[in-house]
Amino acid sequence: MATPILEMKSITKTFPGVKALDNVSFRVAQGEIHCLVGENGAGKSTLMKVLSGVWPYGSYEGDILFAGEVQKFKGIADSERVGIAIIYQELALFPELTVYENIFLGHEIRKGALVDWNETIKQADKMLKKVKLSVNPAAKIKDLGVGKQQLVEIAKALSKDVKLLILDEPTAALNEDDSENLLQLIRDLRDNGVTCIMISHKLKEVISIADTVTVLRDGQTVVTLDAHKGEVSEPVLIKHMVGREIENIYPKREHKRSEDVVLEVRNWSAHSQQLGRDVLRDVNFTLKKGEIVGFAGLMGSGRTELALSLFGNSIGYQVKGDLYINGQKQQFKQTEDAIKAGLAYVTEDRKAKGLILIQDVKQNITLANLQEIAKRGVVNDQAEAQVANEYRVSLNIKTPTIEQKVGNLSGGNQQKVSLGKWLFVKPNVLILDEPTRGIDVGAKFEIYTLMNGLVEQGMSIIMISSELPEVLGMSDRVYVVASGRITGELPVEEATQEKIMQLATS
Amino acid sequence: MSFFQDLQKVLRKNVREYGMYIALFVIMAIFTVLTDGLFLSPRNISNLINQTGYVAVLAVGMTLVIVIRHIDLSVGFLAGFLGAIAAILMVQVGLPTIAVVPIVLVLGIFAGLITAFLIVYFGIPAFVATLAGWLIYRGLLLQATMGTGTIIIPNADFNAIGNGFIPDIPGLEFIPGHALTLLLGVIAIVFFVLGQINDRKRKTAYGFEVLPGAIFALKLVFISAIVGLVAWVMAGYNGISWTAVIVLLVVGVYHFITTRTVLGRHIYAVGGNPEAADLSGVSVKKITYVVFASMGFLTALSGILFTSRLQSATTTAGTLFELDAIAAAYVGGVSAAGGVGSVIGSLIGALVMASLTNGMNLMGVDISVQYIARGLVLAAAVIFDAATRRRGG
Repeated sequence: MATPILEMKSITKTFPGVKALDNVSFRVAQGEIHCLVGENGAGKSTLMKVLSGVWPYGSYEGDILFAGEVQKFKGIADSERVGIAIIYQELALFPELTVYENIFLGHEIRKGALVDWNETIKQADKMLKKVKLSVNPAAKIKDLGVGKQQLVEIAKALSKDVKLLILDEPTAALNEDDSENLLQLIRDLRDNGVTCIMISHKLKEVISIADTVTVLRDGQTVVTLDAHKGEVSEPVLIKHMVGREIENIYPKREHKRSEDVVLEVRNWSAHSQQLGRDVLRDVNFTLKKGEIVGFAGLMGSGRTELALSLFGNSIGYQVKGDLYINGQKQQFKQTEDAIKAGLAYVTEDRKAKGLILIQDVKQNITLANLQEIAKRGVVNDQAEAQVANEYRVSLNIKTPTIEQKVGNLSGGNQQKVSLGKWLFVKPNVLILDEPTRGIDVGAKFEIYTLMNGLVEQGMSIIMISSELPEVLGMSDRVYVVASGRITGELPVEEATQEKIMQLATS
Repeated sequence: MSFFQDLQKVLRKNVREYGMYIALFVIMAIFTVLTDGLFLSPRNISNLINQTGYVAVLAVGMTLVIVIRHIDLSVGFLAGFLGAIAAILMVQVGLPTIAVVPIVLVLGIFAGLITAFLIVYFGIPAFVATLAGWLIYRGLLLQATMGTGTIIIPNADFNAIGNGFIPDIPGLEFIPGHALTLLLGVIAIVFFVLGQINDRKRKTAYGFEVLPGAIFALKLVFISAIVGLVAWVMAGYNGISWTAVIVLLVVGVYHFITTRTVLGRHIYAVGGNPEAADLSGVSVKKITYVVFASMGFLTALSGILFTSRLQSATTTAGTLFELDAIAAAYVGGVSAAGGVGSVIGSLIGALVMASLTNGMNLMGVDISVQYIARGLVLAAAVIFDAATRRRGG
């Protein structure tokens, strides 16, 4: 192995009641792309927080050697000073500020006591060229897409003269094109001497980009694999991550086709006053009983807007069109009406829109259907505990008790709580928006199995997903959405990744 | 594990919740010593409770307003204005108390709905909407009292709300002190103990964490002793005041609503994450209307309590009540980030702040020093809150 730029030796980090990292050793060679994989809760994020100084020296055991010296970071500022930059999954940009202000925020170029704006813009332009982003540096961040924002984050890191760049699931919110661009950029950065650590759940990406892969499981290092020796492949990674072989990550189900149409949408359009344009135009589709229909498309194509507008939550949109449930025309003024009509919507962004993180598991599970466990407006605690425990067991939610705050659970378990909440509503139509984003392989498999069980019981599922293998693996039919329109409908037998991508970009 | 290790563990774990009670206890103990026992005299305790009343009911309403991430600055002068309306209705229109009280309460609800309308329909930040209300109600209060100045209220039944005591049971004169007060004290203790035991049984059945047996017993004995002591002290004077009855009723009802009902759950859900609540079928608009209507109702009640206590409506009634209520809620542990805070906590917060004022008044501390002391306690409470929250995760 080449000279290490970073060595983390025997790192142990405990939280009250949990050993998040148990004697982890981690070595990154100078000038490589080192991928860190593992299930949610395996300790990847904690390890990176130790490295970047979020968890300061003294709050963990073990040593960090960076560029040959022992480092005792007291905070992020210390790690940035030696050239470590971390880019989180949730971007840390200021939407109301311009691109150049964001790039140099916190380390402004000064002229005396004032900011030298001319030089700032010049330098920002240079950084943007480095990340191959052609936007006006004076554009506001909020007017850029997620993919471009990600590149601005990287430009910001480069402006700080970064030696080691850490990317936490950088492509989670990106479409295929943006992802490929980003990966190529990371390769270019490596060739220019920037070492990168990338956390990712997308194994195909890992395989395509990594020089070295380290797998963490349950707070311990399982293995470090060298891609150049041909040690890295999807089955191998999955085996190390879960400690077992998953033969087929999309469980089979009997395709019991029913011809009963449960939900039908006709000429559905939505106009956003804020954006000044149509976000949905003349959308028509049907959903049959016991069917999983996949909605594929690129980020921002209008799939989430479609789900929200169907669900009676069309804040800021003017919606036109007809919605039929079991042949009955429906018009929802508010979400409550949609829930009563048998709809449920598991949101894409579970932290911001799905869950109440400061409340516990049972309160989150029962929130959408409190009437069920209440009598004359008074909640029955026993019934509530019973319901919550049922879903804890049936969905295999890993939590010490149902009184645990949801914010303390891992991503996969939070997603299960979110699912539990909507299953308790006992819907006929379940809309899942990116149901497996940011969760580990094991939990994904559990969710797929659950979905199969639900449709076998006669529920119908709309699955919005940006992961094509997932769309192909789980759907009976696929609709492709692009720029607010449905650009194609494919039975799953005829659908291929290439066909979908073609429709999605048409 | 030994009893003391248990005790230490429980205290450390619930330091935020128990901290408030301990603070109140410490403040009361200090003033008792510094005033040679005058602070804890039956007469003063009775006074203290009546002084806390009108702020306590505001603090209860304010708790819910802050829980749903809003604020209401208009409550002080609204209380003053509604008090003046009550006085005018009685003195100039000649309506009886029994008619005036419900009218004023309904007016309060109406005022709350107007505030909510501004916030929900026009999207005005609550701070600005209620600052406008602050100005408007202050002006209205001055207009209402312009011709007359202070309006003296002659109605004895109205004035009893803020000054009177519950009657005793006739025929029980052989019992020393106020028999009904003692009886109510005993009933309260019995209900509390049975309720707690029941609750513990239920929680154990569902595998929830409960206090260790010995600590649980200690808690029961401790709280029963305090309730008993207060009842005993009050019985030695004139018994429980009507103000105390009203405050206990308000706190009891709101505690029940916030902890046990669907409405309460919806309020805390909206505070915890408005978007998630909305997408779960909880109407954020509806909850906003309900919470501000409740605030208006309690503001009217506060106005009635204060006007009755002074037996008159004055041109400056309600000045700074809103800030006292907000301070009480923060001392009681609400969080500006939303979704966190309890009605009982805010009552304790109001008692802490009122004890400070009352104790320092007894000692003859200058008003300037009083403000500074109260400010320091408020800051300390919130710092303590933030520190314990961070540690608890």
